[in-house]
Amino acid sequence: MSDSILFLILLTPLIGAGLIVVTGNRPNLRETVSVVTGLLLLVEVASLVPDVLAGETPGLLLAIPVPGVPLALQVEPLGLLFALIASSLWIVTTIYAIGYMRGHHEIHQTRFYAFFAIAISATMGIALAQNLFTLFLFYELLTISTYPLVTHAGTPEARRGGRVYLGILMGTSIGFLLLAVIWTWQLTGTTGFKAGGILAGQASPLVIGILYGLFAFGIGKAALMPFHRWLPAAMVAPTPVSALLHAVAVVKAGVFAILKVTVYIFGIDLVGGSTASTALLWVAALTIIGASLVALYQDNLKRRLAYSTISQLSYVVLGAVLANAASISGAAVHIATHAVGKITLFFCAGAILVATHKTRVSELDGLGRQMPLTMGAFLIASLSIAGLPPTGGLWGKWYLALGALDAGYGILVGVLMLSTLLNIAYLLPIPLRAFFGQSPKTAVQFSEAPLPCLVAIGITTAACVTLFFFPGPVYQLAGMLIP
Amino acid sequence: MISAQLPALQVVVPLLAAPLCLVLHRPFAAWLLTFVVSGISLLVSVALLGQILEQGVIDYTFGGWAAPFGIAYHIDFANAYVLLIVTAISTVVSIFAKRSVASEIEAHSQGLFYTAWLLCLTGLLGITITGDAFNLFVFLEISSLSSYVLIAMGNDRKALTAAYQYLIMGTIGATFILIGIGLLYMLTGTLNMLDMAQRLVAVADSRTARTGFAFLTVGLGLKIALFPLHLWLPNAYAYAPSAVSAFLAATATKVAVYVLLRFMFSVFGIDFALGAMPLSTMLVVLGSVAVLSASTVAIFQHNLKRMLAYSSIAQIGYLVLGVSLATPAGLTATLLHLFNHALMKGALFLALGCIAWRLGSVRLGDLGGLGYRMPWTMGVFVIGGLSLIGLPLTAGFISKWYLVLAAVERGWWPVVLIIIAGSLLAVIYVWRVIETAYLGKTKEAVSGTEAPLSMLVPAWLLAIANLYFGMHTELSAGIASQAAMVLFGGQP
Repeated sequence: MSDSILFLILLTPLIGAGLIVVTGNRPNLRETVSVVTGLLLLVEVASLVPDVLAGETPGLLLAIPVPGVPLALQVEPLGLLFALIASSLWIVTTIYAIGYMRGHHEIHQTRFYAFFAIAISATMGIALAQNLFTLFLFYELLTISTYPLVTHAGTPEARRGGRVYLGILMGTSIGFLLLAVIWTWQLTGTTGFKAGGILAGQASPLVIGILYGLFAFGIGKAALMPFHRWLPAAMVAPTPVSALLHAVAVVKAGVFAILKVTVYIFGIDLVGGSTASTALLWVAALTIIGASLVALYQDNLKRRLAYSTISQLSYVVLGAVLANAASISGAAVHIATHAVGKITLFFCAGAILVATHKTRVSELDGLGRQMPLTMGAFLIASLSIAGLPPTGGLWGKWYLALGALDAGYGILVGVLMLSTLLNIAYLLPIPLRAFFGQSPKTAVQFSEAPLPCLVAIGITTAACVTLFFFPGPVYQLAGMLIP
Repeated sequence: MISAQLPALQVVVPLLAAPLCLVLHRPFAAWLLTFVVSGISLLVSVALLGQILEQGVIDYTFGGWAAPFGIAYHIDFANAYVLLIVTAISTVVSIFAKRSVASEIEAHSQGLFYTAWLLCLTGLLGITITGDAFNLFVFLEISSLSSYVLIAMGNDRKALTAAYQYLIMGTIGATFILIGIGLLYMLTGTLNMLDMAQRLVAVADSRTARTGFAFLTVGLGLKIALFPLHLWLPNAYAYAPSAVSAFLAATATKVAVYVLLRFMFSVFGIDFALGAMPLSTMLVVLGSVAVLSASTVAIFQHNLKRMLAYSSIAQIGYLVLGVSLATPAGLTATLLHLFNHALMKGALFLALGCIAWRLGSVRLGDLGGLGYRMPWTMGVFVIGGLSLIGLPLTAGFISKWYLVLAAVERGWWPVVLIIIAGSLLAVIYVWRVIETAYLGKTKEAVSGTEAPLSMLVPAWLLAIANLYFGMHTELSAGIASQAAMVLFGGQP
């Protein structure tokens, strides 16, 4: 039963995309289709939870394109967690998009919703991939299906952004990731994800090190420096895209893939303590600090958030590379908590854009008195990103720090602390200026963003706080990764 | 029993239909005959493949003259596979040709066009099926001469110079091949390739054998447009009628590659070709340069047919790299890519044919906004382009997988890097087109929408084939690996 649900999970958004195209001329119906598809998808994903909690891993073989390299799906705790996050936030984002796309008078809305649904299907494929080949396939599909969303505006700027986006993501995936996948297959005769890894004892430490590097940089969606520039470039997209895809689905697909490769291809014993992993630790640490420093100087709000995302993604990479029970759970929890926090921030940025047409941090003085709900949500989400109570962001950082100590890298705790300070430095001034700054004399009066936007912001903000008090379910799934 | 005569029918049917086409003269009748004959050839090649799957190799002697003296056809997995590619492409492209040719060639010379088409098909099939070296040369000339005619019929005046250029280069190539075959005949006293292979073993260590091998390799290198002998190809493909570009790009060079493989593996034997002679080193160098340089040049082309032509030269580089690995895996990758590349280039050239039919131009600058005016045509181009890049779910990915795997197995890391670099360059030249078509400014002067159904259907057939063979590889990879086994076994 649950086997065929896996197929439905891939199919539901695709059918939704088809219906969206068919109902394109009637916006209300089209958006209803979009939301209903999202709800159906969430129900389907959620129906897998009992099985996975019971320790089962339902699987499904779709096809065998090359002998020994099947196209197959299989649920495991990490994938389920990622699928749950993406599918539930898709519903919220769709509600938000209704307000945003109409309020901002965007063109080609049908195309937008359709490709959005296809991108979600690809995300589900990544989450449920049973082997590296399947993962690679959906990874590329996600890149292709999000390209029309990034270049949505069709302006020369969007074209340029699209080029960087596609160039880096495809360059790294074909250049490094595909090579790593084929090499792994050549070494082990399989590409399947297996508890404990498949590479142990199959190659020399040097080869293992090179392979791990190829995976880490080849999964460009994780935005490790120096392959991070596609993320700021993708900010030309409409805000719902930046919110769900470039704060949750696409980037999390990247770090999710790195986690999955670490746990199920290499196995944490192989990664922990190897030379390559030490080098990668420093790359991740540099990305955390470097991207935060760049974020400090970004005046464009969405770009600032993008650099913040780059920095936060490397937390997860750090957790993967540290490769112990605490750090891996921390990384998994961070995927969830950062998702709700960052999507809220993007929602707020979009709400500000729709209501006031302002995109720069320096223009936001005094806005808090006119858009109190939006800026209040921004404040709470900022705390979550910085990892401060009473928000869920705390827990991811907490376990990551524990993991760093377990692995004997006290200095990385320092990196995490410094990063928290930087988070505060580049995020908190925004709501503070909005609430306490002096609005320009000639300012026009702005009202709050459209209602659907506010509803979406409310839901994700509530999730930020809820995850502080009830991190249990997330942690339970994350804890199952390393028995 | 007709099934026993299939090898002869494979060549005789199109050969006899060709003059008939000239007599028919009416464009529609000539087209119909071409289509029907291509279809029959396809059925014959499928039946032949079926027979081989059942009973192994087929030997056919013409007029009952026994092998070393009469002309013998010898069909195994390797050439049955190539026959299938050629006939399938000819059938699909001939559907497309009806409207495309009607718009590009004057009515009174269309009969001639289809005659040349059928002769070209005859030549390609004959080269592939025959087991006789001189017979092979004759068919090579038939296909070459008819393809000069086909190219010269392009509606741009430059088509004439392109055809002339090809004529000169092609003739030099054919002469080299003839000299090569002549030297082998001198040495072994036989023209039957099977016989030749057996007698060559004793005399392989002679200067004549090496010279003959060299002449053959260079002559065939010209025919397959191996860098740096590729200069005839870009203009020939760019200025030929659209249907001809698609047909030749998907078949002609493939057949030449097959002949090279046949001589290397079946006649001379792998030990001589890749061991005693430094061919492996040469091929790996030339193949690498072809992949990198031709892909780079493709990025800077404004005429999209020229761009695809340069891309073809790069893809030939891949084919040659697979051979140079000198392993069964590498050879499988080459044969597989032969098939898959025919699918992708066929689809891409047909898409360009639709665009040429509508816009009268295939210059990149004229394509702005075309993704919205010709969505089905551009859909074919996108699928073909993704296949060319080698994204999963497309046939191109399967090729790339086998090729990279073969290179990794051999431990030739520079080759791995070159294959991957070629893919990345393909991303750039394919995406230039996609970006312009979907994000570029529409030119006001152009109007009209899709190409007619009779052109879209064959284009989509090939596009769907690209997706199908990206998922189901029993036919493509399965037979390719069998064929590689046959070639590696040294049995002609």
